[in-house]
Amino acid sequence: MPQYAVFLYAPVDDDTEPEPGAHEAHDRHADELRDAGATLAMFALEPYTTATSIRSDGSVTDGPFIEAKEVVLGFYVFEANDLDAALAVARRNPIIRQGGGVEVRPVAGGEVRSSS
Amino acid sequence: MTRAEVQAAVADAHRREWAALLAATVRTTRNLDTAEECVQEAFAAALATWGRTGVPAQPGAWLTTAARRRAIDAVRRDAALRPKLPLLVIADEAATPEGTDDTSPFGGQEDDVLHDERLRLIFMSCHPALASEAQLALTLRLVCGVPTTDVARALLVTDATMSARLTRAKHKIAVARIPVRVPSAAELPDRLAAVLGVVHLLFSLGYAAPSGDALQRVDLVDEAVRLARLLRELMPDEREVGGLLALLLATDARRATRVDPDGVPVSLDRQDRSRWDRTMRREAHELIVAGLPGARPGRYVLQAAIASLHAAAPTYADTDWGQIVRLYDELLVVWPSPVVRLNRAVALSMTEGPAVALGEVDAVASDGRLAAYHYLPAVRADLLRRLGRTGEADDADRLALLLAGNEAERALLSARLGATAKTSTA
Repeated sequence: MPQYAVFLYAPVDDDTEPEPGAHEAHDRHADELRDAGATLAMFALEPYTTATSIRSDGSVTDGPFIEAKEVVLGFYVFEANDLDAALAVARRNPIIRQGGGVEVRPVAGGEVRSSS
Repeated sequence: MTRAEVQAAVADAHRREWAALLAATVRTTRNLDTAEECVQEAFAAALATWGRTGVPAQPGAWLTTAARRRAIDAVRRDAALRPKLPLLVIADEAATPEGTDDTSPFGGQEDDVLHDERLRLIFMSCHPALASEAQLALTLRLVCGVPTTDVARALLVTDATMSARLTRAKHKIAVARIPVRVPSAAELPDRLAAVLGVVHLLFSLGYAAPSGDALQRVDLVDEAVRLARLLRELMPDEREVGGLLALLLATDARRATRVDPDGVPVSLDRQDRSRWDRTMRREAHELIVAGLPGARPGRYVLQAAIASLHAAAPTYADTDWGQIVRLYDELLVVWPSPVVRLNRAVALSMTEGPAVALGEVDAVASDGRLAAYHYLPAVRADLLRRLGRTGEADDADRLALLLAGNEAERALLSARLGATAKTSTA
C-alpha cells in the first residue's frame, strides 16, 4: 500500500496563546488516525525555538534549518490508496482550521522501530 | 484514394478520437508516456495503411485496435524491463485485475456518461495537486492531443521548458498517485470548478493574448470551445458546464469584428454587429435559457447571460445595461472578484453616468489587487474622457500602455493617446 507523510505547519508567532481547545482537537485527531489503523507513525515536535541546525560547512546554529514564516510542528505517515484518499485524510487535520496548513508527500521508503 | 484525402481523414480522426483513444490506452499501459506513444503510432499506422486499404468504416475502432495491440506489446516489454514509474491508479481497477489486461474488454464499454474514459483523463489533467500551468499543458497535450511543440508555442514557452513541465507533471501524477478517475459526488463541485477554470483560462489566453503581436490566438480559442463542447456532451446535467460553453460561444461570436484588418482591436461600441455569428449566438442563448432557472445560477451561467445580452443588442447604446448591471450584482455574490466589479462599473457608466462609474473604479483601484491590470487605467481613461477631463485621461492611458503586454492592445491605447494629442493641437 502506498504511504504518505503529512507535515504540519503553523505560522511563527509564539507570543499568541493557542485558542482554547486547540490541543484537544489535535489529541482527538491523533486518536482518529490511530483508530483508522492506516497510520504507521506519528510525531509531535517540541517548539522550533528548541531546534539546532548543522550547516553544510559543519557549523552549528540555533533555530530551524530554513528561515521561514512557518515552522513544522510534527508529522505522521499513513497508508492510502491514492492521492485523493490521502488528501481526504490530511484535510481533516485541525491545524488547517487554526491558521496553519499541511504538506502531503509520497513516501519513497523507510522504517520505524519502537523505542527502547 | 489520394494522399490528401487520407491525411484529411487521419486529421479528422485525430480531432475526434484522440482523447478517447488515449484514455482507453492508458488503462492498458498505466503509464502516460507509453500510452501517448502507442496512440501516436496508431495514427502513423493509419496514415501508412489507409491509403492502400481505404479509410475504414469506423476509423475509431480501427485506431483502437491498432493502439491496443501496441499497448499490449509495450506492457509486455515494460514488464521485462521493469517500469521506472509506479503504475497509474485508475478507477474501477477491480474490474480489470492485474494480469488480465490482455483479455479485458478494451475501450470502456460502460455507457454511464459520468464514467466516460475521457472524463477521467480531464479530471486527472486538471487535478488541483498540479500547478495551473501544468494543468493547462496536460489538458492540451493529453485531452486535445496537441503535439508538445505546439503546446509550447500555444503557451509561449520554449520546447525544452514545455517538455520539462510535462515530464515533471507526469512524474508527479505517477509518484504521488494522482488517480485517473471522476471525483465522487461530494468532491465534484470543487473539482469541476477546477476543470472549467482550466478551459476558461485557455479561452482567455486565446481571446486576449497576454503578450505577443496578435490580440487573438484562434488556436487556443478553438481548443477551449472544443473542450467545453466535450464537457457538455459528457456532463449534460451540470448547469455550469452549459454556462461555460454558452459564455465561450457568446463571446467568440464576435471574433470576426474584434480586430480591424490591420489587427488593431476594435472596441465593443464600434464593432460591426451584423457580422457577429448568429448560429453561435443562438446556441449560447438556448444554453443560458436552460441554465438560468432553478437555484442560484453559477458564475459561468451569469457571465454567459451578460455576454449574451451584449451579443443580442442592436447597438452599444441600446444594450440592456440595467439588466447587465443586475446580472453583475448577482455575479458578485457568487464570485466576488475585483475584475467583476470593474466590468460592472463599465455597465454602470451607461445607466448612472461616467461620474458614478468613476467612483466605483477608484474604489476598485484602492483595493490594490488590480494594480498591474491594464484594463483598470484603460477604463478610467475612458470615463475621464467622457467627463471632459482629458489631461487625466491621457495620464491613465499612459499607465495602461505601461502595463499592457499585448502589442495589438498597445497599438489601440497609443492611437487613443495620439487622437487626443491631435484634437488638442487642432
